[in-house]
Amino acid sequence: MTDTTTTPPEIGGIGHSVKRVEDARLIEGQGNFLDDISLPGMLHMALVRSPVAHARINGIDSDAAMAVDGVLAVVTGELMAAHNLAWMPTLSGDTQAVLATDKVRYQGQEVAAVIATDPYAAADGAELVDVDYEMLDAITTPQQSLAEGAELIRDEKEGQTDNLAYTWETGDEAATEAAFASADRVVSLTTHYPRSHPSPLETCGIVADVNSVTGQATIYMTSQAPHAHRTLFALVAGLPEQNIRIISPDIGGGFGNKVPIYPGYVVATAASLLIGQPVKWVETRTGNLISTGFGRDYYMTGELALTNEGRIQAMRVDMLSDQGAFYSDAQPTRYRAGLFHVCTGSYDFPHAHIKCRGAFTNKAPGGVAYRCSFRITEASYLIERLMQTAADELGIDPAELRLRNFIQPEQFPYETATGFVYDSGDYPTALRKALDAAGYEELRAEQAAAREEGRLVGIGIAHFTEAVGAGPAHTYDIAGLKMIDSAELRVHPTGKAILKLGVKTQGQGHETTFAQIVAEETGIPATDIKVIHGDTDDTPYGLGTYASRSTPVGGAATAMVARKIADKARHIAAHLLEAAPEDIERSADKFHVAGSPDQSVTIQDAAFAAYTNLPEGMEYGLEDVTYYNPPNLTFPYGSYVVVVDVDPDTGVWKVRRMVALDDCGVRINPMIVEGQIHGGLTEGFAMSSMQWITFDDDGNCIGSNFMDYLIPTAWETPRFELLETVTPSPHHPIGAKGIGESATVGSPAAFVNAVIDAVAHLGVRNIDMPVLPDRVWEAIDSAGG
Amino acid sequence: MLPARFDYVAASSVEEAIAAKAEGGDEARILAGGQSLLPMMKLRFATPSKLVDINRIAGLDAIRSHNGHLHVGALVRHADIAASGAVSGAVASAAPWIADPLVRNLGTMCGSVAHCDPEGDWNSVLLATGAEVVAQGPSGRRTIDIGDFVQDFFTNSLAEDEMVVALHIPVPSGRSGGSYQKLERKVGDYATVGVATHLELADDGTISAAGVAMTSVAPINRKATDAEALLVGNAPSAELFAEAGEAAAAAADPRDDVRGSARWKRRVVAAFTQRALAAAAEQAQS
Repeated sequence: MTDTTTTPPEIGGIGHSVKRVEDARLIEGQGNFLDDISLPGMLHMALVRSPVAHARINGIDSDAAMAVDGVLAVVTGELMAAHNLAWMPTLSGDTQAVLATDKVRYQGQEVAAVIATDPYAAADGAELVDVDYEMLDAITTPQQSLAEGAELIRDEKEGQTDNLAYTWETGDEAATEAAFASADRVVSLTTHYPRSHPSPLETCGIVADVNSVTGQATIYMTSQAPHAHRTLFALVAGLPEQNIRIISPDIGGGFGNKVPIYPGYVVATAASLLIGQPVKWVETRTGNLISTGFGRDYYMTGELALTNEGRIQAMRVDMLSDQGAFYSDAQPTRYRAGLFHVCTGSYDFPHAHIKCRGAFTNKAPGGVAYRCSFRITEASYLIERLMQTAADELGIDPAELRLRNFIQPEQFPYETATGFVYDSGDYPTALRKALDAAGYEELRAEQAAAREEGRLVGIGIAHFTEAVGAGPAHTYDIAGLKMIDSAELRVHPTGKAILKLGVKTQGQGHETTFAQIVAEETGIPATDIKVIHGDTDDTPYGLGTYASRSTPVGGAATAMVARKIADKARHIAAHLLEAAPEDIERSADKFHVAGSPDQSVTIQDAAFAAYTNLPEGMEYGLEDVTYYNPPNLTFPYGSYVVVVDVDPDTGVWKVRRMVALDDCGVRINPMIVEGQIHGGLTEGFAMSSMQWITFDDDGNCIGSNFMDYLIPTAWETPRFELLETVTPSPHHPIGAKGIGESATVGSPAAFVNAVIDAVAHLGVRNIDMPVLPDRVWEAIDSAGG
Repeated sequence: MLPARFDYVAASSVEEAIAAKAEGGDEARILAGGQSLLPMMKLRFATPSKLVDINRIAGLDAIRSHNGHLHVGALVRHADIAASGAVSGAVASAAPWIADPLVRNLGTMCGSVAHCDPEGDWNSVLLATGAEVVAQGPSGRRTIDIGDFVQDFFTNSLAEDEMVVALHIPVPSGRSGGSYQKLERKVGDYATVGVATHLELADDGTISAAGVAMTSVAPINRKATDAEALLVGNAPSAELFAEAGEAAAAAADPRDDVRGSARWKRRVVAAFTQRALAAAAEQAQS
């Protein structure tokens, strides 16, 4: 591991593997999660969800539910409509039903809510709400949905005459077509990135407490973006924004699931407003899996135009997404398929054209950026699977094919065919280092020998490039809100500090790493810095934590505000040392006069002086706030190598080795970075090997609990061998690029490529995820293997 | 994920438990480990009117060899079996494959057997080894052959006023071996395919008794009787086991589902039967 520290361990700045300060309270049961919150007079809410995927609602009978002891109210769409809240806007400019009034459009859709004095009574009441459904045919695939004569799912939507949710395209079509027309070789891959779910350990929930006298709405909510949610609550519910306080307490994982606003939040808030008592709603596990925030579900056809030598000339993509019943992707406004156009990957070629369509189906909405920066996972998967296909079709080693096409280190900053400007990178070095660690040449020799004996060994490679840290205000906004972020630093007279963030941890370790940034920039020990986040009354504005944006944007804001503080402290130090400010230098823990290290004061001395002994004309206090508008995205990358053994009799495959090299620029806390990579690799393994949310032909969701939607345990999860290179981002104040999502984005293709590599000699080119043993066996069998 | 209302009785003797269960009629359920029942109640798939908790009844947790069989009491947990020195063959082989460590610590073998879930592992092991279920009712105890006990999908042959108090699994005196092969998607998952085998060898080395039974590939745990018939009287060999594997695959009646295609599951049955027989033979011969 590279030692990048410039501070001693007592200060604990950048590069120290400081233990996570948040862990002790969480491990010892002293955390404060949403469901731990209990307010005087608090009521409980249970949702009535549609058991069917598509049906007209002819009536709702609440009498039996109201007769249950403890049930106070049954809220229906009709009641919500009376308050103009039966529908709400989505983050992609569509509208979504809060409680269904006309018809239900997916299984699990919210139809009514039961408010009761305890959660059992609410659940019993919800069982007894009698909804009269008139069944309609369910449309369960986007292909069915866009077929001629398909029933209109969104019949309530003005001007909507078919099931098309959106279209979007980018790139130079004419130049791309010309490159394809003159190409030596064209390689094509059609694949489905299946619907998956972030499934955080803690489901979504809210405690809404609206004061009937003051109108003050204090809303405890599992939110990855509390400030943005406050503004959206103001815009949607018409509450004055100063009266809305969103408190996002300890969050048990988000992974994108907790970015959108869900119907349950809106109904609970409305119920508290109407009843005048606090209302708690905590989503059930099944509710979480069947109704909130799915990820992926992209049907992709990608093509590469290549020379006979394997040089890529152009890329062409036709993509169809399954949006479910409402188009509610959480993504920057200007992009209809997120940042999917980063699908040119790590390769240098001039032309690309990408065409996207989305379709409504009778499935849950969502389209959240599940541990990725807006559809980058799908994009990275497509290009890296295409590289494997091209290698197999052209008979070129997949490592060699990548090396022939990489953007070279001297080409950075590099503008891709779809307009991203990659900040920095050295891809050949990264791939070679990963291949060397895996023993690539020996593995290829072993693979050849194994085939002679009827054994199947596969070596899979993925070299991904992400685009994270949204983002520059000129390009990136969500619902009009520019994707900037902020940090406020207050240094107390004794030199202890409070750092307040616009971003919000859900397990990433902000309370540790952001203090380390301040320690690095000011010399205040990280252990003397308390990090506050998640309470909108107590933190500066920000767009929240998702899309790996905390470190690139919030981390940059933190570094910048710390520099402002350090600069003021330097002026105070000059005053204390009776020297000119320009003669004062800062070491890790001291300000001293240039050339006289003995003449020094500490940051603590300067902090005390800020409240006691200031130079003439300086404002008292040592506090500041910074809003950071990043000049560009950051572009972390990595090279992953996976070795698998495939059992030809059963199709079962096992990971023998997983070598993962990540370059996320400067690592603030190497231990936390490795933890993020372990988690992401595990999720990538899960998606590639076992996870998918499936539906039967009637639209019944099959993966509605953890018996059917699989989360791998330590037993299944392979051992990971981690490597690194460090290529700082040239435009980020501390050179960091973000690491939260790299491994989820990059690893699925590596696992799948490994299985394909094991059976490619039989003619197999694709197996869709999850690569279940039966699919592997069927592929071998139909290839005649 | 909150269960519907139910009554709860903690019995202090088997007699008391049987009486309480009979009183509750067909809506009353025995609670031992609760590892299948409670999740079903939380999903409201099961809404028993009454739970009769047998965990405080003394003497039901015995696991011991006795009169040529292994006696497993109603409160013996899966983890007890995995840790017991008294078990061998297919039982020992299957024990670590039951669910996950948390379920194994609380769930009971008798409870799993009585549950008659065709995706449960133990009933295949009991079918392969020819075990008996000991049931107790108001008029005393009776033993039921496992083949007669497992009636249908989630249905056993107990009367309303009976409960399972023990299992008797034969322990052959001669050379024998057994194995359980299970394909699961992850730890804690039900079997996609499971195959239990049991072999006994005569003095001349030929197979004198054979048991093959399958999990998750039929509406109930199913014995592969044709495969068993092929084996008996023959010397163990790779060819014989391959043939038995094909017979077992033919006897399986799997479905296409999210775990995989029926066609593929039959191939897994064939491969696993072959492997489980080879493991059983190796054990018997060693």
